[in-house]
Amino acid sequence: MSEVRFEHVTKHFGETIAVDDLNLEIPDKEFLVLVGPSGCGKTTALRLLSGLEDVTEGSIYIGNRLVNHVPPKDRDIAMVFQSYALYPHMSVYDNMAFGLRLRKTPKVEIDRRVWEAARILGIEKLLKRKPRQLSGGQRQRVALGRAIVREPAAFLLDEPLSNLDAKLRVQTRTELSKLHQRLGTTFIYVTHDQVEAMTMATRIAVMNLGKLQQVGTPQELYNKPVNDFVAGFIGSPSMNMFEVRVAQEGDETHLDVGSFRVSIPPGKAARLISYLGKELIMGIRPENIHAPNFLPPGITAAKVRAKVDVIEMMGNEVFVYLLSGKKQFLARLDPRVQVSPGQEMEVIFNATSLHFFDLDTKKALP
Amino acid sequence: MSAAGKSIDERFSARARKLVKRFPLHLIIVLVGLFWMTPSVGLLVSSFRDARDVASSGWWTAFQLPFQFTLENYADVLTQNRMGPSFLNSLIISIPGTIVPILIAGFAAYAFAWMRFRGRDVLFLFVVALLVVPLQMTLIPVLRLLTDMHLAGSFPGIWLAHTAYGLPFAVFLLRNFFGGLPRELLESAYLDGASNMRVFFRLVLPLSVPALASLAIFQFLWVWNDLLVALVILQDPAKTPMTVAITNLVSSFGTQWQLLTSAAFISMMLPLVIFFALQRYFVQGILAGSVKG
Repeated sequence: MSEVRFEHVTKHFGETIAVDDLNLEIPDKEFLVLVGPSGCGKTTALRLLSGLEDVTEGSIYIGNRLVNHVPPKDRDIAMVFQSYALYPHMSVYDNMAFGLRLRKTPKVEIDRRVWEAARILGIEKLLKRKPRQLSGGQRQRVALGRAIVREPAAFLLDEPLSNLDAKLRVQTRTELSKLHQRLGTTFIYVTHDQVEAMTMATRIAVMNLGKLQQVGTPQELYNKPVNDFVAGFIGSPSMNMFEVRVAQEGDETHLDVGSFRVSIPPGKAARLISYLGKELIMGIRPENIHAPNFLPPGITAAKVRAKVDVIEMMGNEVFVYLLSGKKQFLARLDPRVQVSPGQEMEVIFNATSLHFFDLDTKKALP
Repeated sequence: MSAAGKSIDERFSARARKLVKRFPLHLIIVLVGLFWMTPSVGLLVSSFRDARDVASSGWWTAFQLPFQFTLENYADVLTQNRMGPSFLNSLIISIPGTIVPILIAGFAAYAFAWMRFRGRDVLFLFVVALLVVPLQMTLIPVLRLLTDMHLAGSFPGIWLAHTAYGLPFAVFLLRNFFGGLPRELLESAYLDGASNMRVFFRLVLPLSVPALASLAIFQFLWVWNDLLVALVILQDPAKTPMTVAITNLVSSFGTQWQLLTSAAFISMMLPLVIFFALQRYFVQGILAGSVKG
């Protein structure tokens, strides 16, 4: 009913292409997160959907209705802005009731919806206050409340958490997920923070330089990134990337990084055959690098010697920045590992968890 | 206990030190203020003295005993010299002469700031460029135009003239203020279902009170104090505003200072009241857009 569809949508601002041939289908009731670095076109995509910007080419559908030329107010969507955009001269109640009054909703109904939304968000006591009398978190709730009372087909949220402090952000994240479950409405959420994307999304759409890179569940994106950009963007800390040369000695295939080699188990080597003697990008996530004494069972070990550069103790784990030759990489190790900066240590790469990308196309190897 | 007492002492001495340090500054401000007010005080005092006293001694001698003040000058001016009707004429000219240009400028400024249309910036530049046209150069063409429209000598004619003269500055000031309002606020209202008209009346105007108030003061003072435009456009003595009536006093009564001063004070009163009523906004309005709110 409120499915959203972008079909070959392009947006130009003068010479700049902000969104480039975007094709994206968002089913009803999905929590889709558009994520990417600043300037990747995610906010523009959201604004195109809201009608605040006109598409240059392509079509946008909400439900089955083409909305390219439908004014924002008739698109049946509500938007929460990064700055909250509360009307400063109106009380919280009036802020929430504003849209309904414009739509000539009966007074009793307005009252019911505002109180209901206030109850869901726990802001009943703030209804008479002006926005300037509220804290950042409270304002954020009011902005959400203003969207909720509209009972829209889709909620558009443009980095709604980025003005909150870290603790409140984590708390609000869970509340947003709950709210989504409770309302059962399509949420389209824009953020540059991949952690927000991973924690809240049903599906994530990663964008870069105006182009959609990959759409999928958080798990899919994490486990099977389609290119080196998605691989590097999703996951924190980021995946380690190495430019390697594929070589073969006898039966054994290995990857030559320069300062070290990684042997590939025979079962995994088949996909690399066409790259023999050529270069490609090898990626490994920090959690797939282990200390020798704390190996998880069943991994295919590839030993690498490196020098400890910096250590970051997180309590439940330790981030160790390692240097091999000039190449720095990060390992996420068991906190019981005893290492100190400057020390040489051996780490184990899990060779079954390696990712490979073509050096030219940057695409993941099949 | 002693610690608290000491901190109060310390605070007190800090305040005292600050006061002493600022004393020269305050003294200078007070002196400049007094100096600036002297002519107005002289005018006020003279307006309450009778003709003989005004002619024979300076206004500052009025404070010697016995005090001899009179309201006769005001009575004379208001009843005999058409100052009453002129005051009313000034109001009839100034109120629409203030409201109409602000309203039109408001609409124009909103369009220039927030609506997308071809040639917007060029048009705005053109409006701003009108600021440099000297008023005197336009008097004859404007009078001719009004005559052709059969509006010369009428109140609507002078309203139109003041509106036209006031618009460039009003549009310029309001556009810059409106343009400084957060974009997301307006977008949020559009998404809520508001039309441009709604956004203008429900959002932009209430949020622009400081700019509107300061503009209102500027425009009102300009129209109220205007002599030139009124002289050229309103020749009918029954429609003359106070400024024209006061200049007539000078020519017809020669040196009747007591009447001139009381008339001048009557004409000063309303702008003073308006200024004091709106001065809070006026100060905010001057700073409009300079500091992020």
